[in-house]
Amino acid sequence: MGSKYTGKTVVTEFFGILLGLIFLIPFYYVVSNSLKSFTEILTNTSALPKVFEFQNYVQAFEKLNYLKVFSNSLIITVASNLVLVIFCSMAAYMLVRTKKKISNILFMTFVAAMIIPFQSIMIPLIKTTSSLGLLNSIWGLVIMYLGFGSGMTIFLYHGFIKGIPVELEEAAIIDGCTRFGVFFRIVFPLMKPITVTVIILNSLWIWNDYLLPSLVLQDPELRTIPLATFFFFGQYTKQWDLALAALVMGILPLLIFFFAMQKHIIKGITSGAIK
Amino acid sequence: MKVIGGAVILRSQTNNQGADVGTFKDPKDVKVAKTVSINKKKLKEAGIFSVFVGPVFLAFTIIVLIPFFTGVYYAFTDWNGVTGTIKWVGLENFKYIFTQDTAFKESFLLTTKYTVVAILLTNIIGFGLALLVTQKLKTRNILRTVFFMPNLIGGILLGFIWQFIFIKGFASIGQLTGIHLFTLSWLGDAKTAFWGLVIVSVWQGAGYIMIIYVAALQNVPQELIEAARIDGANKWQILRHITMPMVAPAVTICLFLTTASSFKIFDSNLSLTNGGPFKSTEMLALNIYTEAFVNNRYGIGEAKALIFFIVVAAITILQVTLSKKKEVES
Repeated sequence: MGSKYTGKTVVTEFFGILLGLIFLIPFYYVVSNSLKSFTEILTNTSALPKVFEFQNYVQAFEKLNYLKVFSNSLIITVASNLVLVIFCSMAAYMLVRTKKKISNILFMTFVAAMIIPFQSIMIPLIKTTSSLGLLNSIWGLVIMYLGFGSGMTIFLYHGFIKGIPVELEEAAIIDGCTRFGVFFRIVFPLMKPITVTVIILNSLWIWNDYLLPSLVLQDPELRTIPLATFFFFGQYTKQWDLALAALVMGILPLLIFFFAMQKHIIKGITSGAIK
Repeated sequence: MKVIGGAVILRSQTNNQGADVGTFKDPKDVKVAKTVSINKKKLKEAGIFSVFVGPVFLAFTIIVLIPFFTGVYYAFTDWNGVTGTIKWVGLENFKYIFTQDTAFKESFLLTTKYTVVAILLTNIIGFGLALLVTQKLKTRNILRTVFFMPNLIGGILLGFIWQFIFIKGFASIGQLTGIHLFTLSWLGDAKTAFWGLVIVSVWQGAGYIMIIYVAALQNVPQELIEAARIDGANKWQILRHITMPMVAPAVTICLFLTTASSFKIFDSNLSLTNGGPFKSTEMLALNIYTEAFVNNRYGIGEAKALIFFIVVAAITILQVTLSKKKEVES
C-alpha cells in the first residue's frame, strides 16, 4: 500500500490546513470580538483583542438569564430524550414482535408522517394544544417532542430490533418473566448502540430547535438558549460586544458535548443518515 | 413529580384504548367452551400491546395526526384565529395564492433556486472535503472535526454568527485587503443576501455531507484501486471510473438529504436576513410563518402549508422509490 509520506502529500496537507483555517474564521471572529470593548470591535475587528473585556460575558450572562435559560434547554432535551427512548423503544419492540396487520399499519403511519414538514402542522397544533393546556409549559413541549420525534425514533429502533433473535425472550418467558421484564431486562440492554444513536440525533435537533419552542413557550422564564439568543439579538441590535458574548455562551454547551462524545456523534450521524 | 404524574395519565388513557383494541380483535368463530379463556388471553395480549404502543401513539395522534388533518381542512376555510366563525370557502385560498399572491410565487421560485444552488455546492464541497480527509494526512482527524463543527450549531445561532461576519468581519477584511467583494454591503442587497444564505448553508452542511461520503469512500475496496493502479490508471481515472461509481448510492442519499433540508430552510433565514431586504430573501417556510403568525391569515397560511407539504412529500417519495430501485439493482 502506498502509505509513504511524499512531497505531494505535504502539499495536500498544507492545502487541507489552509481550508480548515478558512472554515474556522467565523469562530475566530466571534470569539475574539466577544472579548473586545465595543469601540475596539468597531475599529479593530480582525485583530486579536488588545485588552480582554470579560465584562461582556458577565453582563451577557446576567441579561440572558443564562443559568435559567441553560437549565431550561437541558431539562427539555433530557426529558424529551427520556420519553422518546422509553416509549418509542417499547412501541417499536411490540410492533416488531406482534405479527399482526395492526402492527404494520401503525408502523407505516409513524414512518409516513415523517414526511410532513413542521409548517404544515404548526398552525392547528398551537390551536389544539392550547385547549389541552400544553402551551406555555415545558412538559407540554416535551410531549410535543415525543410526538414529533416518534417517527424517526421508532423507525431506528424497529430496524434494530428486527436483528435481535427472539429465542432469548422465549426462554425468559418460559422461566416466568413477564413481558415488561423481558423487554427491560433483556431487550433494552441489547439496544444500547441504537439508543446512543437515537439520543445523539434527537439531542442535536431538540437543543437547537427554535420554531416549536418559540410558538409554545411565551413566558420569558421558560426560554431555551436559541429563544433567549433570538430575543437578546432583537433587544441589543448592533450592540455587538454583548451579543457576541451571548452567542459564544450559546454555542459552548454544544461544543463541549461534541468533544466529549465525538466518536459516538460521528457514528450516530452516519448510521442515522444511511437508514 | 410532574413527569410521574404525566406518565400515569398516559397509562390510564392507554388502558381505555386497550379495551377498544381488545373488542376490535374479538374472535367470532371459536367454540363456545373455549371462548372465555381465549378471549381473556387475547384481551390480555391486546392490553399489553396497547401499554407498549399506546403512550407514544397517543402523543403522536394529538401532536401530529390531528393537527395535520385539521390543517388540511382549514386550508379550505377563511379562518383567521380571531373571529369565532370559520367559513368554508372551497378553493378560494388556492385561487388567491396562485393568482394574486405574487410574494408566494416569488418565494417559491427563490426557494427552488436556493435549493438547487445549495444542493450542488454542498455536495461538491462535501465530496471534495471527504476526498481530502481520506488521504493519508497527519491532520486528517483534526480536519474532519473542524469541517464538521459548524453542523452542530443550530440555524438561529448560525445566522447571527454570520450576521456579524457579513456586517463587521467582511468590512474589516475589505479594509485590510482592498478586495472589492468584501466591501459590499452583503445583507443590504437582494443578490448578495441570497448568496449570504447559500454560504451559511454550505458552511453548515458540507461537513455533514462529508461524513456520509467518508463512510462511503472507506467502503470502496482497496484491491480495486490497487489493481487499477497496477494496470496504469492515473488518479483522475481511478476517481472517475472506480471511486465515483462505488459511492453513487451515497450520492443519492446526500442529494436528497440536502434537497429536503434546503427546501425547508427557516431558522437561518429568520436570523440572518429575516427575509430582507424588502422580502427579497423570504423563503417558503418563512413566508408561511409570516402569513400565519404575523398577518394572522391562518386559512391562507394553511393552504400554503398544504402546497408546501405536497412538494416536500413528492421529493421524499421520489427519493424512497429511487433508492429502493437502486437497492434492487445492486
